[in-house]
Amino acid sequence: MSALAATRTPAQGVGETPPVDGQRKLRRQLRRYWLAVLGAILVLAWIIIAIIAPYIAPYPYDQIDLTQRLLPPSAEHWLGTDMLGRDVFSRLLVGSRISLLAGFSVVLIGAVVGTLVGGIAAYAGGRIEELMMRLTDLVLCFPPIILAMAIAAALGIGATNTVIAMLVVWWPKFARLARSLVIVQRNQEYVEAAVTIGYGPGRILLRHILPNSMGPMVVLVTLDVGQAILTFSGLSFLGLGVIPPVPEWGAMVAEGRELIQQWWVAAFPGFAILTVVMGFNFLGDGVRDWLDPRSRTR
Amino acid sequence: MTDPAMNETTGSTAPLLEVNDLQVHFHTDNGVVRAVDGVSFHVDAGETVGIVGESGSGKSVTALSIIRLLEEPSRIAGGEIVFRGDNVLAMDKERIRSLRGGEVAMVFQDPMTSLNPVIRVARQLVEALLVHRRITPKAARGRAVGLLGRMGITAPDRAIDNFPHEFSGGMRQRVMLAMGFGNEPSLLIADEPTTALDVTIQAQILDLLKELNSDFGTAVLMISHDLGVIANVCSRIIVMYGGEVVEEGSIEELLSDPRHPYTWALINAVPRLDRDPGADRRLTTIEGTPPDALDMPKGCRFAPRCPFRIARCDEHPSLERIGPRRSTRCWVTQAGEPLPRREEHAARAAPSPVDPASRQLPADGAAPLLEVRGLVKHFPLRRQGFFGPQEVIHAVDGVDLAVGQGETVGLVGESGCGKSTLARLITRIHNPTAGKILFEGTDIAQRSRAEMRPLRRRMQMIFQDPFASLNPRMTVGDILAEPIRFHGLAQGRAVNERVQELLALVGLNPRAAGSYPHEFSGGQRQRIGTARALAVDPQLIVADEPISSLDVNIQAQVINLFLDLQQRLGLTFLFIAHDLAVVRHISDRIVVLYLGKVMETAPAATLFEEPLHPYSVSLISAVPIPDVEAERSRRRILLEGDPPSAIHPPSGCRFRTRCPIAREICAAEMPPLQEHRPGHFAACHFPGGMGEWR
Repeated sequence: MSALAATRTPAQGVGETPPVDGQRKLRRQLRRYWLAVLGAILVLAWIIIAIIAPYIAPYPYDQIDLTQRLLPPSAEHWLGTDMLGRDVFSRLLVGSRISLLAGFSVVLIGAVVGTLVGGIAAYAGGRIEELMMRLTDLVLCFPPIILAMAIAAALGIGATNTVIAMLVVWWPKFARLARSLVIVQRNQEYVEAAVTIGYGPGRILLRHILPNSMGPMVVLVTLDVGQAILTFSGLSFLGLGVIPPVPEWGAMVAEGRELIQQWWVAAFPGFAILTVVMGFNFLGDGVRDWLDPRSRTR
Repeated sequence: MTDPAMNETTGSTAPLLEVNDLQVHFHTDNGVVRAVDGVSFHVDAGETVGIVGESGSGKSVTALSIIRLLEEPSRIAGGEIVFRGDNVLAMDKERIRSLRGGEVAMVFQDPMTSLNPVIRVARQLVEALLVHRRITPKAARGRAVGLLGRMGITAPDRAIDNFPHEFSGGMRQRVMLAMGFGNEPSLLIADEPTTALDVTIQAQILDLLKELNSDFGTAVLMISHDLGVIANVCSRIIVMYGGEVVEEGSIEELLSDPRHPYTWALINAVPRLDRDPGADRRLTTIEGTPPDALDMPKGCRFAPRCPFRIARCDEHPSLERIGPRRSTRCWVTQAGEPLPRREEHAARAAPSPVDPASRQLPADGAAPLLEVRGLVKHFPLRRQGFFGPQEVIHAVDGVDLAVGQGETVGLVGESGCGKSTLARLITRIHNPTAGKILFEGTDIAQRSRAEMRPLRRRMQMIFQDPFASLNPRMTVGDILAEPIRFHGLAQGRAVNERVQELLALVGLNPRAAGSYPHEFSGGQRQRIGTARALAVDPQLIVADEPISSLDVNIQAQVINLFLDLQQRLGLTFLFIAHDLAVVRHISDRIVVLYLGKVMETAPAATLFEEPLHPYSVSLISAVPIPDVEAERSRRRILLEGDPPSAIHPPSGCRFRTRCPIAREICAAEMPPLQEHRPGHFAACHFPGGMGEWR
């Protein structure tokens, strides 16, 4: 509709947009995105905790005291102690570092690799595209968790190896998304204009096409960090993640899974996983809504 | 055809539709936009009324309000809409549904999206009939077939079982009309019904609309930006600007004697198909852009752009009656003074900055800057199954053409004729399948990317879509600076100076360099795209439909810019368009393309006065002219059906399947492109055979 199109760019040309009641606008935005704001607060809180964890943890995470085994939450041990008498609260705080680090590195490296594979495939087309995308399909054929488990087991236990194993199964979805996004952009006239100026394919892909495909990518990355943290914890739960005594939430849950009476050993790390994954999901949803102009005009 | 408006009884019966002081507001993040601000008009039973205006004038919003199809964030904030004595704004959901598709039919611009792509046409039609009347599905199907036939679809009993994607755009628009007319509506609202269609198909649909109006007595409310289209169908026009009605009157009076400067500008900014542009090809334009909907001028909304402005225009004028069935919202003409004719105005206006006579055309026999010989491009299709035959689209199929130094060559043809592909072959965005492209005598058809690079800066392209052709993530300054640096045309501070120079050259504020493309209007973006093409100092510019997505007045501004640039920089243009009037206006020579082949090549004036090829004749006759007198003396040749598929083009002459004078030889032999008069080539076995048709 012509009139709607006109209102979307209200300021014709290089003009200032008319002054708006800033406070009212902020309040309206807050109401619309309150879940995203909550998500952002959760994520930010966990990131800060991860950074300062060693300084605020009341006990060293690996301090074993068998006389203090399985104590319920108290003033001394806020979240109780585990089977070896270690402070659950301290381990929880320090555990956030490895979880977040693993989540971010898997998703970011996976996104870069996947974007390059998908982007090059889509822009090159023909045989190259066929080859790269069939490779992607090949990886997608395997159940991701089981493939990651197999690779992690083959590489040996350890956080780095688990991250590598996850990366192998993680990049294909970014490759597929990147390919579809680049295909949309590839036939846009500004890309043709770039061709007529004489730019090479690398420059066109990196400088012109990819910056314009980033929106949905950012959404997937944000939503995916939570997913990656969950998967990493899952692998740790199965005994593939970290080498003891390094604290990790999944491993902590695994430790407490048979202790019905001592619920705090498994419940608090589980709750930590819940909040961080939820935080990333809310934030990702918010970013998606914000990037989608249709939900924005309202 | 009897004009239904003539039978109208004045005043004694209530009008079919009455809109009083309609207010529609959009609630956006930046404030309230009054998209429609106090619009009043009426449509009598059986009448044909047109609403014209540029994008953002509120014409579509007005139309959608009538059947309450507006969506958030827009709201009808005031006024009343009375349909047959009932207030539409007070109707409950049940009643409004029976109105939509029952008493009021709607046809939208985009026939692609208004039909459900996964449901067969039959079911969509039958469903629409069953909702509004009690008949059996079988009877409904029979009626649907009858309707499709009435709308001019051949073999309707077979066609009805197709899916919408199996129909062309014009056929889909016919299906939409069949759906709308199934329940014998008393009002048809057509919102830009032919804008997405080619001229020959547009002529078919416009004719159908007129027939439906006279046969069924259905009133038509037609919305368009094209005065020619409106003049063709409607007997009364409403002109909208900035959310208001600025002028209203019968088609004859309004076109011959516009009483609002905006109408005046609309009529005079359009190049006319039936007029020789003469030596000075500049078009009359009005300065500036439409008003900012968030910040309307206090006085007359058109005053900031008006060439006839007087002191009183600081006050907001009201819509006053100035004669029987005529009213205008203008202080100047309400006093009774007519607006000057175009020629008088042009004489008073500033002369063109460059003497038009100074333009140098190449001498005969000089080597052309660009020559295309037997150029072919086939796009392979995906195989149907593993052993399926390899089919190809014959997009460009043996095209010859030459463009001389400093010349403007217009390339016309309907969609799918291969004109855009041809442009992309010449600029080597696509690789040709066969043939030669000689640029200054050297063949560039098979050059590699690296070999092309130094040549790139000598030929540039201007694109169709001003929104898609600029990288949205780069500032205008970066967009212009990148090619300059890439080709090493300037370094350091000189780059910025060159960017400033380019912006000034295309008539933009040099401060624009710091802004992003989305901050500009369509016309301004097209100027930026032009500046980017000029950044590398090219000799040849290939312009692919550069103005087709702009409003008429902005079109005129951009055309004038091209003409200026050509004179100042000695540019050579290959100008691609489907708008024949525009092409006639700016071209020295015109090439007519049909299904990947050249049908006719001739000097611009000759082509329009003495076309030799039947396709050229039909194409020219299909364009509506916004002049009632001129329209009466013209004969329209309606081509049957749609252009055939480019996958299996017809044998012999490509045009023979639609040609009114085709004979046996046309199917057997492909006519060669032959020179029939000096500089006038046509590919036809019977050139000039349409003489008695004109």
